[in-house]
Amino acid sequence: MLVQILFYIFGTLLVVCALGLITARNPVYSALFLVLCFFNSAVIWLLTGAEFLAIVLVLVYVGAVMVLFLFVVMMLDINVAELRRGFTRFAWLGWLTAAALVAEIVMVVWSHGRSGLDVARTPIPEPASYSNTAALGQVIYTRFAYPFELAAVLLLVAIVAAIALTMRHRQGLKVQDVSRQVSVRAADRVRIVKVKAEKRP
Amino acid sequence: MHTFLHLVPGMLPAIPEIFLGFAICAVLLFEVFVGVKRPGATATFTLLMLVVGAALTVRYADVAHSMVLFGGMYIADPLAFVLKLAAFLCVAVALLYSRMYLENRDILRGEYHVLALTALLGIFVIISAGSLLTVYIGVELLALSVYAMVAFDRESGVAAESAMKYFVLGAIASGTLLYGMSIIYGLTGTLDLAVIATKLTAPGSLGVILGLTFIVVAVAFKLGAVPFHMWLPDVYEGAPTSVTLFVGTAPKIAYFALALRLLAHGLAGTSADWTVMLMPLAVLTLIVGNVVAIVQTNLKRMLAYSTIGHVGFILLGFIAGTPSGYTAALYYTLVYVLVALGAFGVILLASRKSFEADKLDHYKGLYQRDPLLALVMMVLMFSLAGVPPFVGFWAKLRIIQALWETRHPGLVIVAVVMSVVGAFYYLRVVKLMYFDAPPENLPATLRPLGPRFVIGVNAAATLALGILPSPLLDLCSRLIH
Repeated sequence: MLVQILFYIFGTLLVVCALGLITARNPVYSALFLVLCFFNSAVIWLLTGAEFLAIVLVLVYVGAVMVLFLFVVMMLDINVAELRRGFTRFAWLGWLTAAALVAEIVMVVWSHGRSGLDVARTPIPEPASYSNTAALGQVIYTRFAYPFELAAVLLLVAIVAAIALTMRHRQGLKVQDVSRQVSVRAADRVRIVKVKAEKRP
Repeated sequence: MHTFLHLVPGMLPAIPEIFLGFAICAVLLFEVFVGVKRPGATATFTLLMLVVGAALTVRYADVAHSMVLFGGMYIADPLAFVLKLAAFLCVAVALLYSRMYLENRDILRGEYHVLALTALLGIFVIISAGSLLTVYIGVELLALSVYAMVAFDRESGVAAESAMKYFVLGAIASGTLLYGMSIIYGLTGTLDLAVIATKLTAPGSLGVILGLTFIVVAVAFKLGAVPFHMWLPDVYEGAPTSVTLFVGTAPKIAYFALALRLLAHGLAGTSADWTVMLMPLAVLTLIVGNVVAIVQTNLKRMLAYSTIGHVGFILLGFIAGTPSGYTAALYYTLVYVLVALGAFGVILLASRKSFEADKLDHYKGLYQRDPLLALVMMVLMFSLAGVPPFVGFWAKLRIIQALWETRHPGLVIVAVVMSVVGAFYYLRVVKLMYFDAPPENLPATLRPLGPRFVIGVNAAATLALGILPSPLLDLCSRLIH
């Protein structure tokens, strides 16, 4: 019962934050709403017993990705009015699509008893000693080895693409050359000059 | 309890993916140690890797019957074997055609080849996908690699713009695909496509249709069907032509496999529903693709709309929904890829340093400037238009036959009328090349021996397969049955 109450509280919050995310006029507010969305989804995951995913969501998305995102949003000089031009012209189409989608989903949820599939089957409660982290650890390198390795290649693509698209070898850049810094010797930097003592005038 | 080692002996049919994984790392390292000093060496090394990979595939992945690996996530069957070989060949030829073009634009770098190989890995994953999870990872792997390739020429603002459009729209399509998959997963409780097929046998359940709609939209986006085609002309026109060649060929094989594995196999029970959804898509795709292509003045953009038109034909094969329909769609895809390789290859060979031969006017009088290239282009254009005896004719004929057998006379009429409309703009290219005078001060075409020989073979293959269509047709029909 308590779990259900918590679910509805955080579920409602999640929807409200998602709405705030897309309607906020300031991109920084949008990003902060997204952070709140992640927090709420993490709580919902916790309620279903997926504690590992919940923690990873907060650590990776809130801790790393969104902080980076906020930095970018704050550093770029985005002209919001310019971006919004022409937006309201097609807003009615967006609202229409959204309304149709919501209506469809509501219909589906109401008709679930007649779908012929065991949709609303309640999950069997896990024993008290159940650990989602251990369960994940047991399958990720065995049953899911193939998609896991492919996900690794996906990350490699991201690295290669990011470097290929941004790294430049321009002349005259003021950058540190680490190997030259390490291999430097005292003789290269310090010159001892004998200066004759001057007589006091 | 499965352990990893226990699975190793059974992994042999997955050798194309495993080898490609190694090849990606090998090419990266090769670029660091050799490629930096000798530009172009990495391109040769990548081609070598592709040849070795194809040889290993022929040796180990040629399975006689369908096998399931990695707990149902990987399907090894004769269809996957042939499609993978075709993708190997396609990427190798594409890289061969692109080499001089990339060199002239200073983007012949190792990363380009690494991204091409990761895209190929994504194609393989889609071709062999046995579960929704692998389908999604394959689609992402292919798409992310291709986005980066489109933006690869950093000096070009147009390329950056088209990459941005592609990325944003592609991300929406990925989200759509994932949402549809999550609904199907919620209803069936499994990610395995074979199990989904046994659970979803009766059409008409509202929840299933909701999930299906999202999946159909995503597949239509990836294929470039109207009204989800907006990205295609911009990407084809804006990307460096070598990337257009890449995007326009090998991924089509993957997206055919995507539609086949997802719709025709996994969601086969709901085929009555998705056929109804595909029908307006296919008709719109045929009409918009062929009619809008007429007014284009840019050859790359014209070929983009022509791609959209051809996608309409492939969708028609799926609408027929019979083995002969799928056979026709498979045949059409392979034939289209072969012809598109050559057509974009001609643009690559007609371009020089700081000159992009992408306007139709650049092809005026090509016959007088470069008879071989003009001949190749003429053969390819005839094939795209579906003029007998070229192979494009048989591809169109098979689709129309399959539609006729399943009693879709309306679709047959649309397909035939749109083929006639399409013939106009293909034949216009031929007219420009042979009957118009060449404009002043156009740079001469590229004359590297290797690519010119291969493009000649490419054109000859479209003629040979048109005169002797039965071997490839029989192969396709054997693969589907």
